Formats: sequence, C-alpha cells, structure tokens
Amino acid sequence: MKAEIYHRIKRTTLNLLIHLFLIIVALTCIFPLLWMVSSSLKTQETVFKDMSLIPEEFHFENYCLAWQEGGFGRYFLNSIFYTVCVVLGIVLVSSLAAYAFSRLRFLGKNLLFFMFIAAMMIPIPGSFVPLYVLLNKLHLRDTALGYILCMINVGLATSIFMLKTFFDKLPQDLEDAAKIDGCSKLGIWWHVALPLARPVLAVVVIFNALIVWNEYVLALVIFDSKALMPLQVALMSFRGEFITRYPLLMAGLTITALPIIILYILMEKYINKGVTEGVLVG
Amino acid sequence: MKIKPTLENYMFVLPAVLIFAVFYIIPFIWVFQLGLFQWDGISPTRVFVGLGNFKEILFQDKIWWQSMRQAGYITFIALTFQNALAFLLAWACAREIRLKNFYRLIFFIPPVLSEVVVGLVWQWILDGHYGLLNNWLAQLGFANLARNWLSNPETALTTVAIAHSWKGFGWGFLIFLAGLQTIPREYYEAARVDGANAWHCFKSITVPLMIPIAVLVGILTILGTMQAFVLIIAMTEGGPAYHTQVPVLRILASMRGSSRFGYACAQGITFGMILVIISFIQYRFSRQYRRI
Repeated sequence: MKAEIYHRIKRTTLNLLIHLFLIIVALTCIFPLLWMVSSSLKTQETVFKDMSLIPEEFHFENYCLAWQEGGFGRYFLNSIFYTVCVVLGIVLVSSLAAYAFSRLRFLGKNLLFFMFIAAMMIPIPGSFVPLYVLLNKLHLRDTALGYILCMINVGLATSIFMLKTFFDKLPQDLEDAAKIDGCSKLGIWWHVALPLARPVLAVVVIFNALIVWNEYVLALVIFDSKALMPLQVALMSFRGEFITRYPLLMAGLTITALPIIILYILMEKYINKGVTEGVLVG
Repeated sequence: MKIKPTLENYMFVLPAVLIFAVFYIIPFIWVFQLGLFQWDGISPTRVFVGLGNFKEILFQDKIWWQSMRQAGYITFIALTFQNALAFLLAWACAREIRLKNFYRLIFFIPPVLSEVVVGLVWQWILDGHYGLLNNWLAQLGFANLARNWLSNPETALTTVAIAHSWKGFGWGFLIFLAGLQTIPREYYEAARVDGANAWHCFKSITVPLMIPIAVLVGILTILGTMQAFVLIIAMTEGGPAYHTQVPVLRILASMRGSSRFGYACAQGITFGMILVIISFIQYRFSRQYRRI
C-alpha cells in the first residue's frame, strides 16, 4: 500500500516537472511573437516606455500606416505573387520530370537523375554571386521573371526526389487502365498521376511556399527597384530608413509572419510528415 | 517509328533540365572560373590572377578566418545547447503525455518564421536602451546584469548563437521525437521485467538506439549553422567591429561592399570545400557507428 502511494506521488511529481519544463519552453517560443504584436499596437511614444504586454490603447492604425505609407501592401502582394508563381512552376516542372524518371524510358535517364541528386548534396555557399552575374547577362536582373526562375531552381531537386520516390511506390494498375483507354502519356500524368500524388504534392507545395516567402538574400542581390521587392527585403530596408519607428516596423513584421503562421497551423500535419520522412530518407 | 515516343519522353524532363542547366550548372562552372579573376562585376575586362585570390584568403585575410572561427563557435553552441534541448524536449514528449500535439505545434513555430522576422524581433527585445530584457532585469533587481547585448563585443556572438538556437531547435526536436517513437515499447517492458530502473533503460536502450539519429541531427546542424547568416544580418549586420561576422556574410561583403566578384567566388569555393570535407568526415564517422 505504502509503496504504491509513494510510487504514485513520485510519478505525479515527475509528470508535473516535465510539464513545467515543456510549458516554459513553449512560452519562450511564443512570447517574442506576442511582444511583436504588442509593440505594433503602441504609439511612437509609448513603445519605448510602456513595458506591459497588453497596451493601454490598441492603435490598429499602425497597420494602415504600414500598409500604405510604409508600402507593405505593395510588398505583401509582391511576396504573394512570387510565392504563387514559384510554387506553381515547381509543381508542374518537377512532377513532369519525376513522372518521367519513375515511369518512362529514355537514354541517360539515370545520369540525369543522379545529377539532380548530386545538386541536392553539394553546397555552393554564396551562389548568389554567379546568379547575379548570370541574370545580368540575360537582362533578367531586377525583373520578377529572373527571380522566379532562380527560385524554381532552388526547390527543383528536392521536389523531384520526393515525387519520384512516391511514384516509384505507386502501383501501376490505374495508369495501365488509362493507357488501354487510349490516354496519352501527358494525359496519364495530368489525369492519373498528379491526382494520386496529392499528399506528396501538399508537402512539396508547403515547403516551397515557406522557402520562397522567407527568402532574403537572392531578392536583396537581384532587386534594385523598390516596386519589385518582396517583404523580407522591404523589412530590412525599412529598418535602415526609419530606424526608430518601431510600432510600424513591428506591424510590418506581423504582416510578414502572420500568413506563414496561419499556413503552418493549417498544414502542420504535412510539415511534420515532410520533416520526418525527408530525414529518414536522407 | 521508335524515335517519336522517345522524343516525347524527353519532353517530360526538358523543362527541369533546362532550368537546372541554366540556373545551377552554369553558375556552378562560373564560380570556379571567376575565382581565378579580379573583376568588379561591371567592367568588360577581367584581370587573370590565377590562384592569387586563394592565396589572399589563406594567408592574408584575417577577418575571413575570424569569421570562420565565429561560425564554428555558433555551430558549437547549436550542437551542444540547441541539440541537448531538442533531445530533452523530445524525450519528455515521447512518453504518453497530455498536450503532446500542442507542444509539437508550438515548438516548430520558430523554424517556419523567416530569419529576418526572428532577427528583428530579438533585436528589439535585446535593445540596450529600450529592450524588454534589460527592463525585466532591472525590475527583478539585476540591473547590473543589463547590457547592450548586441553591440557589446563580449556578448554579441553568444547572444546571436542563442537566438539561432531558439530558431533552430524545433528541427532537432521533430527528428528526435520521430526517432524515439520508433523504439518498440517491448524493449522497455522486457527491461523492466529484468529489474532495470528508468535510468538503466535510458542508458542501455534509448541512448544506443538514438546514436545514429543523433549523428544525423549533428550533420544537419553543422551544415545548416555554418551557412546561416541572414539572422545575423538582421540582428547585428556582422558588428560590432566584425565580432559576429560569418563566412557567407564575408562573401556578401566582398561582392556588394568592395565589388570584388572574383574574390567573393574564391571565398565561396574555399568555404564549400571546407563544408564538403566536414560532411565527408562525418559520413565516415556515422558509418563507423552503424557497424556497432
């Protein structure tokens, strides 16, 4: 009896301690973001004095100011545009290639596939230097198209790899049935393979969307015109110009972080799967 | 008759191969080519200097090697502090515990945020005059501990390293958690029957089975942290006086600051070689462990 009570007390205390530890770390994860939102709702005067998490007055007009005067509305649309274009491009180009690598026969298939895998493994630090030179030569520097093409290339190898692994495991029956019905190869890819690949495509879409939305250095190097800048670059240049306008800067940061947090919470399942599976493969 | 279907097959890979050739292979070749020249990126003439750029990096560029040491220091903190934290949290979450999914959701929020956002928010919290951290320290009676975290040469690098760990531990956490959940529960039950206590179980079952995963997390941490730099731009821009410079920041500075494109490429090659050597050593090391 006594031993059992002792055991239970011990276990409850241990559980409590574990929860305490986990909760403290969880708070540390969230608190900086709450502070960001809190600072974005204060005024230029109170932001330096009022150290409470919940401000006395909520100045939502900071968001209007950031959106219009700070130009974040423009930058936000730019970021959305780049993310959508790049992700669409990656999905089309990589699924076509992955399907061919998995199902079709042609000379040099293995060599080409090996090339993409090797590109995944070899790091080129500072690849932004030759890319800048290349886009200059192609007259694509400071254009949306140049940036989009570069970013499609960034996500290409990993996406091809993930999709090919999926297609390899997929039974071929459905495709054979479609072939008997007279479907062309392109038709099979579009009508059969792509719909079946939806779970992997979700992972591909989310990871690439995160990468494009959060990308900074290539955009910094490529874009001169403010009108083309995505959010990340705009935030840094805003900080440089208006060093002390913290409420507006924090509003801009919130505008940048919020879509990603919402996307993450909605798609957490796929992100989790992507991280763990991606690693177990590698 | 056979040529047409083969051509059709090539059409499937053509877009991918084209983009890859133009935006990966050509830049890859150019890096090695440009590394041998002195060039400002604009003028039509380049001056061939052979291995001159590399000689300068290896023997004269003291800041380059300082930046390498500092990246090593940040990586060391990430390997020890960040990964120990990740493992502890995963271990705490791997048991039957309430709110497990909630914790998992929260711990991966910092990794999905951009380095710019994380860097600017932390910079605001750590601000010497108006920052929240110093304010709290003062209120708790530790005013003597308050300092200019990011502009003091003594604290800047460690502060940046800790912010980096804050942003990165979620990756290790998820991987460790997935690994811990693959260990069959029967192992622990069998050990219990044989009279092993929790510590014995941890030492003789959990640790040995997790070593391959720990090595993997270690490799990812090293390669990721050595190349991290955007967070540092957002927090300190490499200052105060080069105290938080890292190699990729030096490459960016060579390109944009001093317009030395050839030198920037040579730095990129040098750093890339070092990374390849590091991952090769780790690969051998991890294979050795797998054999045991």
